[in-house]
Amino acid sequence: MTRVFLRIVAAGLLSVPFSLSSAAWSDGPIQVTGAFARAAPAGGVGGMFLTIVNTGPADRLTGAASSVAEKVELHESIDDKGVMKMRPVAGLSIPAGATVKLAPGGYHVMMMGLKQPLAAGGRATVTLTFEKAGQVEVEAEVVKPGAGAPEGHSMDHNMGHGMGNMPGMTPSK
Amino acid sequence: MSTPTDRKPSRPSGTPPEGNGKFLLGMIGLFFGVLLLGAGATMWLGGSSSMGPAIGGPFALTDTGGKPFTDKDLRGSYAVLYFGYTFCPDVCPTTLNQLAEALDRLGPKAKLVRPVFITIDPRRDTPGVMKQYVQAFSPDLIGLTGTEAQIGSVAREFRVYYAPHRTGDGPNDYTMDHSSVLYLIGPDGKFIAPLRADAGAEQIAADLSRHLP
Repeated sequence: MTRVFLRIVAAGLLSVPFSLSSAAWSDGPIQVTGAFARAAPAGGVGGMFLTIVNTGPADRLTGAASSVAEKVELHESIDDKGVMKMRPVAGLSIPAGATVKLAPGGYHVMMMGLKQPLAAGGRATVTLTFEKAGQVEVEAEVVKPGAGAPEGHSMDHNMGHGMGNMPGMTPSK
Repeated sequence: MSTPTDRKPSRPSGTPPEGNGKFLLGMIGLFFGVLLLGAGATMWLGGSSSMGPAIGGPFALTDTGGKPFTDKDLRGSYAVLYFGYTFCPDVCPTTLNQLAEALDRLGPKAKLVRPVFITIDPRRDTPGVMKQYVQAFSPDLIGLTGTEAQIGSVAREFRVYYAPHRTGDGPNDYTMDHSSVLYLIGPDGKFIAPLRADAGAEQIAADLSRHLP
């Protein structure tokens, strides 16, 4: 539990120069925790799942990018009466003070055209872009394909600011 | 690309008042139709495999080594079939992983069952792509692809719904809509029962063990 496997580098345009040179966690209102990506071969697609904790005003996740993939999108999985559908979403609202989970069966960061394999035990990095908080770099642990959150990492650790989970504030899914 | 669920029930906005009775009758009919359908689907997932037309049948596909693979290659063991695609990072790998965990829970009985992943996206899922994908799950997972016609045929036999959904202009800018069910096949090649794919490893193991000797 003491191992910090996430590094939030930049949050907010003004804080960028400070955040880049500072330690693991941003002082910005947006923190990302519990990030994991599923192992996938080069050329394939990878899904990354994470929890966004917003201790500040309402914000919006508008996109993601990564050097390991040709294209990165935000996707939603939908169970439509037994038919599984996956759809790109333009953005995801992050209400003030909310905890929003991108979890299997719901939302994920979709890494398409992987330039290198995502190997279990390794790391994958994406940069999330928020309307207000700017860019937030997230480093995720790569777990075996199809697996859930890595063992031993509670989704609640490193939440900081005492906000914890706020059910009902997450997007419906 | 439009899917059946994309279509909204359309009715001319200027429907004359005398049409309302017919419309209401139609709605009532539709309501009971949906009810019947729902009941049928519930019974089907409940494992009443004796009801309705047969599910399953012979197929001719291609394995991850590019070699022909037919239903006869599964004879002699139980098999669990799952239809999905490798460009799916969420539901498909979750299901395959839970199936693998379910088999682990079965202990020695697991060797009676062969897990099979059949793509419904043969355009992208070549034998090479399938090989890399299934190897990452388990050395026991059999990955099968085929021509569009071959996949269409096996999907029809197992009542698998699938359809591409465009997400952009590029040739690979699409996702696949697909039904998500695990199909248990007996050593004689006959369909035994559908298993819920989203039930979790423990439940899948329990469902499986009910049908194993």
